[in-house]
Amino acid sequence: MSAVTLSSAPARPARLRLSALWLAVPGLVFLAVFFVYPVAQLLGLSIVDPESGAFSAGAYQRIAATDVYLRVLGITFRIAGWTALWSLLIGYPLAYWIARLPNMFRGRMLLFVMVPFWTSYLVKTFAWMIVLGRNGIINSLATGSGIVDEPLPLLHNQFGVMVGMVHAMVPLAVMTMLPVMAGIDRRLVQAAQTLGAAPARAFWLVYFKLSLPGVAAAGLLVFISSLGFFIVPAFLGGRQETMLAQLIITQVQELLNWSFAGALSAMMLVAALVSCLIYDRLFGLSTIAGGSAQVSTGRIRDLGLALLSAVATLSGHLARLAQTLLGKRVCAGLLPGFCWLVIAFLVLPTLLVIPLAFTSSQFLEFPPPGYGLSWFQTYFSSPLWIQATIRSFAVAFVTALAATAIGGFAALALANSRTRWGGLIFALFLAPMIVPRIVVAVGLFYLFARLGLIATDLGLVIGHTVLAIPFTLVTIAAVLKTYDQRLDQAAATLGANRLRTLTGVTIPLVKGGLVAAFLFAFITSFDELTIAIFVSGGVKTTLPKQMWDDMILQLNPTLAAVSVVVFIVVTTMLLIAERFRSPS
Amino acid sequence: MTATQPKTAKLVVEGLCKRYGATTALEPSSLSVAEGEFLTLLGPSGSGKTTLLQLICGLVEASEGRVVIDGRDQSATPVHQRDIGLVFQHYALFPHLTVAENIAFPLKMRGCASAEVASRVAATLDMVHLGHLAGRFPRELSGGQQQRVALARCFVYQPSIILMDEPLGALDKKLREHMQIEIKRLHRESGATIVYVTHDQEEALAMSDRICLMNHAKIEQLGTPRDIYERPRTAFAADFIGISNIFRGRWDGNGTIETVHGRFALPSGARCQSQDAALVIRPENLHLGAQDGNVVNGCVREVVYAGSETRVIAALDDGSPLVLRLGPDDVVPGIDERIVAGWARDKAVLVA
Ligand SMILES: Nc1ncnc2c1ncn2[C@@H]1O[C@H](COP(=O)(O)OP(=O)(O)OP(=O)(O)O)[C@@H](O)[C@H]1O
Ligand SMILES: [Mg+2]
Repeated sequence: MSAVTLSSAPARPARLRLSALWLAVPGLVFLAVFFVYPVAQLLGLSIVDPESGAFSAGAYQRIAATDVYLRVLGITFRIAGWTALWSLLIGYPLAYWIARLPNMFRGRMLLFVMVPFWTSYLVKTFAWMIVLGRNGIINSLATGSGIVDEPLPLLHNQFGVMVGMVHAMVPLAVMTMLPVMAGIDRRLVQAAQTLGAAPARAFWLVYFKLSLPGVAAAGLLVFISSLGFFIVPAFLGGRQETMLAQLIITQVQELLNWSFAGALSAMMLVAALVSCLIYDRLFGLSTIAGGSAQVSTGRIRDLGLALLSAVATLSGHLARLAQTLLGKRVCAGLLPGFCWLVIAFLVLPTLLVIPLAFTSSQFLEFPPPGYGLSWFQTYFSSPLWIQATIRSFAVAFVTALAATAIGGFAALALANSRTRWGGLIFALFLAPMIVPRIVVAVGLFYLFARLGLIATDLGLVIGHTVLAIPFTLVTIAAVLKTYDQRLDQAAATLGANRLRTLTGVTIPLVKGGLVAAFLFAFITSFDELTIAIFVSGGVKTTLPKQMWDDMILQLNPTLAAVSVVVFIVVTTMLLIAERFRSPS
Repeated sequence: MTATQPKTAKLVVEGLCKRYGATTALEPSSLSVAEGEFLTLLGPSGSGKTTLLQLICGLVEASEGRVVIDGRDQSATPVHQRDIGLVFQHYALFPHLTVAENIAFPLKMRGCASAEVASRVAATLDMVHLGHLAGRFPRELSGGQQQRVALARCFVYQPSIILMDEPLGALDKKLREHMQIEIKRLHRESGATIVYVTHDQEEALAMSDRICLMNHAKIEQLGTPRDIYERPRTAFAADFIGISNIFRGRWDGNGTIETVHGRFALPSGARCQSQDAALVIRPENLHLGAQDGNVVNGCVREVVYAGSETRVIAALDDGSPLVLRLGPDDVVPGIDERIVAGWARDKAVLVA
């Protein structure tokens, strides 16, 4: 008896590992059909003549023929680049500060980043229109107090776009850098100091160097996300700030020129992929998922260390200068002061929308002349808004179920398998986060047009599920990482079969992670606009699509009321998700 | 005590204290370390050893008290300007630098010329027998090798005071014994003043000039290893260092102590702060048969043969254990045999 158990024991884990990968298959098929295929087809379309179906470089010739498109491409790169730079500059100190807070404060402070991160881009953009507009909050305060005679031009120019973009991207930058920074052993900086490095040098030579993979990952994610942005430039920018995604939307929606839209999307995709490639060369893509950075060797490394050393010496002098000028106390307060300013920048604009939703005026004036609930009444009594709201809830619910199931099984598969395919599969599941949304949306638009899924709820659910899968996978994978795999093995040795192990041991233990993943997927779908613009047609709109249409037509206080509803729904979900994610 | 008072005090700690909110990590403590001395902080986990080291090198700010090095108050001196080296509890090697670069770090911070850096790094690497691993990264080393890099990184710039926080904690027994000898050698060769932290009492006894025993964020006793072993001042000290038989009881203020096992005679002149006291007898001072009227009865539970000695563990009448150490010539009792054990009154110690 014991001999039999002994001899069969080593074979068992091998079989477990092999079959675990099968759990990822539904997700792989889903992504192959609704993500890889449409995106690939889009690239194909761009080199095919729309009439004859023959190979043609016509679309690209058209791009190259005038300098309009290249200029837009240039603008897109420029705005995305500046956004990445500013987001890092503003986000780094904040991430550094939060990472070094005692554990009990860190979770609370993180909410000041999480809430803006998950707040709908539409709501954030709407808020900035109210704050920066000609009759906006800043201008009415400035002219009212007599600081300026003329309203300042804060909107529909480069300044407006940069404020909106940076505001939208700082949370992403912080959340990408934070795990890397939290993983840096604090004693390393202390060690550097005991070895004779002044605090400023210790920071640059040790902490900053070790945080670089996080900085690079944040820069990459922000840059790529910015490439596909259209909400912010559409509302906060002027003609000079037209970005590529806006052109794509115009081509598809107004001019119905699919192959040209395909070529433009291909251009964007290539830009995104090239950025990834450069990043991979320098840092290794696995650092995005929290892997350790590959160590560069030779010249580049020596150069980097020398550069850091120079920066360290310089900032050492600066720090000493600041200390003598400002005194020790003030210097110690600089970082928290700056961080609170950034948090105010992230949180305040959205909060300012709330009083406007209760205005009694017909206009979005600040401060409101009186308060009332009339705009909420308008919202709740409008069939258009209410139907859109109900649709958004329903779609988000189904999306969340689907994405949690797919992401959960994939995470389980990856956690249980040690094959070299694991990394590749993980990358594929994360890819919808890296490929600009507009590219996915246009690709799905073609596919759905042929499948008759345009203007259907199913189409929306499929599209949103593609976008939500990365979030569910990452959330559940993080829980599984801390989950002790030996518990499964223990259950197996105690006689539970695979299904019983899953339902009796694994799922109860990772329940918190599942609920959090569900809610994150829900939020992702609930304020998704890009896919909704293409896939939801006619009167069957979602809440964000309805907001977008209204915002294009005319700003009105109903939008403020809707924004408040969206903000409350999303924030509530987020708080619940956070509670579930951290069991303490 | 006056005999061990240092002649020239290298490092003086005066009333140093650290509180984190409501918890006290270190009660006000004072001690003084002589030039070239090897002092060990010994105590159970959470007793404030790391805190004391961090205070000495300035990594955390003291709630009260001060640190004086070479007669100069260090309160205003930032960490990086103190002439102190610290070997961290888990090494804290820089993961992004190679072994050689890790060791070169403190020299570069002091602006050494690169030729000098190279030669001193090479010399130090040889000293810890790691010359062949200079180009590796810390994660490519074994625990013992990482340990030696940490030591090298500290010794390379020849600080006059070196603090070591459980440097051998993560190593296996054999490697630990080897490294103990290495550290003693480095100590001898460098002449540095060393404050060493461990919670391993054997390590403390073997390596130290003096031991500072800590418990509950306080210094419990400070003295030479022999001092502490032979004249523990508290039951904790007696129990923590070596094996002890401890009988708690009431001291009559004179020559006897009343315990549940009977009334025992104390060594002449034994004194204690309180009436609530305890009597400590080391196993090697216990013998079979009565002596000076001090007798306890028990029943043998276990006999452990350990070569040069035999350890007998008996249960006293109330069930508490009694440990005796018998020499090679003694008659060893059998298991379950009833025995009578006694000790010379001068070999017992009265403690608080
Ligand atoms: N930063 C801190 N915040 C709050 N309490 C702390 C902090 N650092 C230490 N403590 C507390 O101070 C006490 C002493 O800690 P210390 O690290 O000095 O112990 P130790 O003797 O080094 O223990 P070990 O042998 O486990 O390393 C502990 O109770 C610890 O919980
Ligand atoms: Mg410690």
